[in-house]
Amino acid sequence: MGRKLKARCVVRGVARGIVLASPHPISFWGGVDPKTGRVIDPHHDLFGQSVSSRVLAFPFGKGSSTGSLIMLELVRANKAPAAIVNVRTEPILATGPVVSKHFYEKEIPIVTLDEESFTLLETGKPATVNATEGYIILED
Amino acid sequence: MYLTDEEKRILDGDKGEAARLALSILVDLGKLYGAETLMPVSQVHIDATLYMVDAGLQFAEKMASLGAKAAVPTSLNPSAIDLIRWKELRVPPEELIKHQRLASAYLTMQATPTWTCAPYQQGIVPRFGEQIAWGESNAIAFANSVIGARTNRYADLMDICAAIIGKVPKFGLHLKRNRKAKLLIELKGFTTPMFENEALYPLLGCVVGEIASDQVAAVSGIPSAVTFDNLKGFLAGAASSGAVALCHLVGITPEAQDVEMCFQGDRPKRVLQITPKMVADHEQRLQSAKDDNIDWITVGCPHYSPAEFTQLLRLVEGKRVHQSVAFWVFTSRTVYAWIKENSILKQLTDAGISVFTDGCPLQYPRKSWNFSAAMTDSAKFANYCYSQTGLPVIFGSLEDCVESAVTGKIQRRKSPWAGN
Repeated sequence: MGRKLKARCVVRGVARGIVLASPHPISFWGGVDPKTGRVIDPHHDLFGQSVSSRVLAFPFGKGSSTGSLIMLELVRANKAPAAIVNVRTEPILATGPVVSKHFYEKEIPIVTLDEESFTLLETGKPATVNATEGYIILED
Repeated sequence: MYLTDEEKRILDGDKGEAARLALSILVDLGKLYGAETLMPVSQVHIDATLYMVDAGLQFAEKMASLGAKAAVPTSLNPSAIDLIRWKELRVPPEELIKHQRLASAYLTMQATPTWTCAPYQQGIVPRFGEQIAWGESNAIAFANSVIGARTNRYADLMDICAAIIGKVPKFGLHLKRNRKAKLLIELKGFTTPMFENEALYPLLGCVVGEIASDQVAAVSGIPSAVTFDNLKGFLAGAASSGAVALCHLVGITPEAQDVEMCFQGDRPKRVLQITPKMVADHEQRLQSAKDDNIDWITVGCPHYSPAEFTQLLRLVEGKRVHQSVAFWVFTSRTVYAWIKENSILKQLTDAGISVFTDGCPLQYPRKSWNFSAAMTDSAKFANYCYSQTGLPVIFGSLEDCVESAVTGKIQRRKSPWAGN
């Protein structure tokens, strides 16, 4: 069954996917290619990997306020992450998924975890994020 | 979240679909950040003006087609291109249409076509204490830190919603308690020749941005004689190397005339120092060219002011840009009209310099130019250059930029902080 972690809901929704986790913040503008969903920041540890359909875990967002636009484009192009897991979510990062919900009627759930639980997310393992009810299940 | 009867009616669709959509997004974001109510803003600066992806165009066109209008005075950040001199900028005609469609959507919403990332230097300028909703990182940092207006770092798309409704959730830097500094950064070992060198300020901003990240910092030690444009370069640097929205400059920021005011009566708990060596180290990181060849000099990030044009002309007088070099300046249409009237424009053009309006140097049509390296007096441009254009970059003073343009080889004079 796996391990259930209590999470705080930032943007509602439920999604399942393979975890892609990084201990480093991500800037979507200049950091992720909106056409392919690949991480294009050569200094980032996820460089070259695709965020598409993943449960994308990173501690917090950084960088330009255009990040929200890149996220909305990822949704439009069907390249968006399945869900996002943060330690803290700032307004710019949450804007893309919130607009996506109202404009494209597509959900990207976002939850936050405490720092200790956050480190339990392992790249390559499947996970279910239930933001609406406030938990994550890490599958074995 | 408490909503007024009028706001509830908007959510029910009484004022049309555009207002319903815009307010639904603002309310969702407000709940997320624990805002208890919405609050009016007196003006908006929209950042989502630069055509980059189709989703942004779809959103703006949908709002415009639904009849959305800016509810408060609204200025616009740059387009990606010069909407007037696009041929000279070699924008492929087939790409032009999407830039024009995006511009047209905002004009349909009755926003003011300022097309500038320095909206604090002309146009709809706020006053001290004014509650505003601005996008564009350098403009946000400038509005909060130099003017003392109050804005959060508004994301693209949220800025459009704020313009349509004329309100934002009441949270973050709109509230005095959140404007209290978390750390004090002191300048240590800086000399008068360093402060008199204008290249110091963008670099110093970068160092502050890296230290402050997304926290409100107070910086003490910047001389009060610092110019408006020095502060522009400083904050553009800070907001590009960190998520800086407000940086109290002691003695300069209206609400931060002394250290005690920055900390709202408390003592700073964290005190850090910046030394000339840290500035020199950052400067070194902004020198990524492999050899001394240079074919593209670009300044005006953020858009150049009249004072910056005057300084450029003084440095260029009697000289000519080397035939192998493109020297570009980006500015607003307003400043362009002024320098055309006082003939600074003609003298710069005669010296081989191209002046563009509306656009962003980071978004130039790459395939039309084939540049091999960029040189700039902007730390913001230098920070983003590689990820946005793939080109190596050299940061230098404006004087270095002009000397390099004239000779076609990178010329760097030793900075007063180098070797410290």
